[in-house]
Amino acid sequence: MIGGRKFFVPTMLAFGFAFLYVPILSMMFFSLNNSRLVTVWDGPHSPTLKWYGLLFQNRQIMGAAWLSIKVATMNACASVVLGTIAGLVLARFGRFRGRTLLAAMTTAPLVMPEVITGLAMLLLFVAMEQLIGWPAGRGITTITIAHITFSMSYVTVIVQSRLANFDDSLEEAAMDLGARPAKVFWRVTLPLIMPAIISGWLLAFTLSWDDVVISQFVAGPSSTTLPMVIFSKVRLGVSPDVNALATLMVLIVATGVVFSALAMQRQEKRRQREMQLANE
Amino acid sequence: MALRAYRSSSSRRRIPRRSGLTSPWAPLWQLFQRFGPPRWSAYVRDHWIGKPLVTLVPMTWLVLFFLVPFIIVFGISFSQSVLAIPPYEPLWSWVDDKVLALRLHLGNYNYLFTDTLYISSYLYSVKVAAVSTLLCLLLGYPMAYGIARSTPTVRNLFLMLVILPFWTSFLLRVYAWIGLLKNNGVINNVLMSLGIIHEPITMMQTDFAVYIGIVYSYLPFMILPLFSNLEKHDRTLLEAAADLGSRPWKAFMRITLPLSIPGIVAGSLLVFIPAVGEYVIPSLLGRTDQLMIGRVLSDEFFANRDWPVASAVAIAMLILLVVPIVIFQRYQNRELAHK
Amino acid sequence: MAEQRTKTPEPWLDPHAEAYIRVENVTKRFGNFVAVNNVSLRVYKGEIFCLLGGSGCGKTTLLRMLAGFEPPSSGALFIDGQNMADIPPYERPVNMMFQSYALFPHMTVAGNVAFGLEQERIARPEINRRVAEILDIVKLGEYAKRKPHQLSGGQRQRVALARSLVKRPKLLLLDEPLGALDRKLREHTQFELISIQERLGVTFVVVTHDQEEAMTLASRVGVMNHGEIVQVGTPRQIYEFPATRFVADFIGSVNLFEGQLSEDEPDHVRVRCEELPAPVYVDHGLSAPPLALCWVAIRPEKLTLGRERPVGTDNWAHGVIRDIAYMGDMSVFMVRLDAGREVRVTQANRTRKPEEQFSWDEPVYLSWDASSPVIGLG
Repeated sequence: MIGGRKFFVPTMLAFGFAFLYVPILSMMFFSLNNSRLVTVWDGPHSPTLKWYGLLFQNRQIMGAAWLSIKVATMNACASVVLGTIAGLVLARFGRFRGRTLLAAMTTAPLVMPEVITGLAMLLLFVAMEQLIGWPAGRGITTITIAHITFSMSYVTVIVQSRLANFDDSLEEAAMDLGARPAKVFWRVTLPLIMPAIISGWLLAFTLSWDDVVISQFVAGPSSTTLPMVIFSKVRLGVSPDVNALATLMVLIVATGVVFSALAMQRQEKRRQREMQLANE
Repeated sequence: MALRAYRSSSSRRRIPRRSGLTSPWAPLWQLFQRFGPPRWSAYVRDHWIGKPLVTLVPMTWLVLFFLVPFIIVFGISFSQSVLAIPPYEPLWSWVDDKVLALRLHLGNYNYLFTDTLYISSYLYSVKVAAVSTLLCLLLGYPMAYGIARSTPTVRNLFLMLVILPFWTSFLLRVYAWIGLLKNNGVINNVLMSLGIIHEPITMMQTDFAVYIGIVYSYLPFMILPLFSNLEKHDRTLLEAAADLGSRPWKAFMRITLPLSIPGIVAGSLLVFIPAVGEYVIPSLLGRTDQLMIGRVLSDEFFANRDWPVASAVAIAMLILLVVPIVIFQRYQNRELAHK
Repeated sequence: MAEQRTKTPEPWLDPHAEAYIRVENVTKRFGNFVAVNNVSLRVYKGEIFCLLGGSGCGKTTLLRMLAGFEPPSSGALFIDGQNMADIPPYERPVNMMFQSYALFPHMTVAGNVAFGLEQERIARPEINRRVAEILDIVKLGEYAKRKPHQLSGGQRQRVALARSLVKRPKLLLLDEPLGALDRKLREHTQFELISIQERLGVTFVVVTHDQEEAMTLASRVGVMNHGEIVQVGTPRQIYEFPATRFVADFIGSVNLFEGQLSEDEPDHVRVRCEELPAPVYVDHGLSAPPLALCWVAIRPEKLTLGRERPVGTDNWAHGVIRDIAYMGDMSVFMVRLDAGREVRVTQANRTRKPEEQFSWDEPVYLSWDASSPVIGLG
């Protein structure tokens, strides 16, 4: 048992990472396959980039991608504002009437099945349209509102947990030096939680960019997001241009993640060195 | 360089400091502060502006766009489907212009309880979600443990590798499995070309495929809370246990495992609750003869255009999940308030 | 130390002097727990006043109330005659130096120091001038562009000090200012603090659990225990004239004996203690009820060791040396008296001659003079 332990964890790690990455790598690999059947390798004519070319010519996909970018950006910006405020309120404002309600409303979307949220939001929009005439029909507006509602929870959790780790005395020191609470937030708190806010923005963007179920409920006839297009395609089976699209997305994301990780590491190393120098 | 001593306060601050408003109301506000009852302006400033206003912003949004929709769903679940736009009967109507009658149609719920389709779907969904959660835990725990115990540089690399798939599209990653699990997919092709099998194994549209799909998609959600918990463990506890003669396995069972229970709970809830209502994975990979409840709801809504029944299904799902959701919220609040 | 370095009169002795800081019957409750219990204090302008006590005694809570971070549950605080009730921390003429320094990590040293001035809407050139001025005073002129993580602990402390002084507050609050520094730096910084304070004339209130810090820095010390002020006085008064048993025991080391008054005359008092062979004779009267129970405190450095029986019927004891700690400049002796009680004696090592030095298990006589013991009732 003791000897076995030594190999168990590394084996599971290796298996786990293989499990995570083999599907992605296989998908990327087969995007170069000339055959329409995707998984049957067409030796003589592959590898080829033709599916990438076809992808960019596909109006439906390009249009949907553009729409998704717009929605995701608006969603990320609004979610970050609302989520940061909610995180601040929950972390700093102490007890107040309605705090439990706010806390519940910000944690529930994290686990709520999307079919329920989607249905609920659609019914809301329909009822609102009947009552006050807005939103008129389903489209970008409704999709964005729906996305903001569930993305802001993620931002709230990130900001709240960052604020909880924050040294209180910094804010007290700022107040002691004459800054009113709003000033304290802008000049002291906000700059220091900026990394959390940025990762919240990226997270909200990704969630929106990726959402199928809620979009299906609240989207209108003229507003199809990229995931919706992809979903309807893949229900019918594999499709080579989807492989190409997937490869592109993975490469973009991977580059972004790797770069930011390297940049952060370098900055941290420099910081450590400076701290050491100061103490000598 | 002699510094002046501080001057006395009498010349300053008879009037409370400007609130910093630069709007056209500012002069009015200053007048109010100067001549208005002093306690009032401070009261207004402290009680109506500032904290309450800030709190109201996210609160209003969430109440309007999160809470109210659920109330509407609840209401519509008591309504009946009609051929109209919107396709449900209003719950109340005027009778004789003076009496407001509320009509609650309980048939939808009755339908849910009597029709075996719904009950079996619920049970099936819970079963699938539970099995997937368990599998996810069995894979995720050793991974999280390994990552938590590794050296800082390696750890960052591992974390990056775990998070990277999370940032790529969930939909596309599930799609990737279609390519692997199909009858003429990669796995079958490889096995057949190696001569291990002669006929393709059917993996698509099975429970197995759904388990794989859920574990695959939700693995980061299991690993991260577990890792965050395991990382905080005091290494010296295990050293102390070893020093006292405990074998590694025993030390794990009696020290590490119990301390990691909050992480296990968090990770499991983060996987289980959404998995019950999953739609995309069962649609792409799952069985066609036994549907999960997410698909049932969607079909009722889109295929049958029966909004009231779909609403009833949603409410029933919520009731089913309310206990895990509350447990999750308690855990979240404790985690976030702790520090 | 503190009260000898300046020739300023001691305002706390003047019944007509106006207190600059007045704490009047302030109580602070957290739920059922009373952190500060009906405390009243007067601090005079230009003083360095130290609140001294163990952890949980309420000193930090009192400090925070002065800063404005906690409102008192009852009572009032006055600074320069102005009632501080309902005045938030950002409007008080008070600045605080935090125990953790609380420097803003994303701003430079100059940025940190300028922060307070920027809140007052002072013109930029004036801000720069004052920042440069204060950085010179704390000797950090060349570090203005650095960020906190590029500084050592001692440098960060000076930035925190500069930041809190640049606004020329009426009152500066310091929370365990020397706690994070190592021994050498601590001594050096103590004197720097005093000289800066004298130069700028700011009133300091310092909170500390370190007696040495309090004794060195303070013009007056307020000893706190369980939320109450037990005694206020100059360091010498606290040390030589402790008002209660707690203060006698808390400050420095002391030998405490229980006893009973046998004589109480206007010019002397005799106390009989069970553990001492001879009565304790003190050269002043107490005007206490006859045969009252009391305690006698004698500081270790006031006891003299001798090999011969002292002359006189009072103020001596006999025992055996049980332990010696040689500190270089002085030695600490633990003497077990005949009655069984152990007593601590410190003595400067005046001689290098071995035959004049005491050793383990040697029988000795202890003696002290009539002005050394402190007697308290109860």
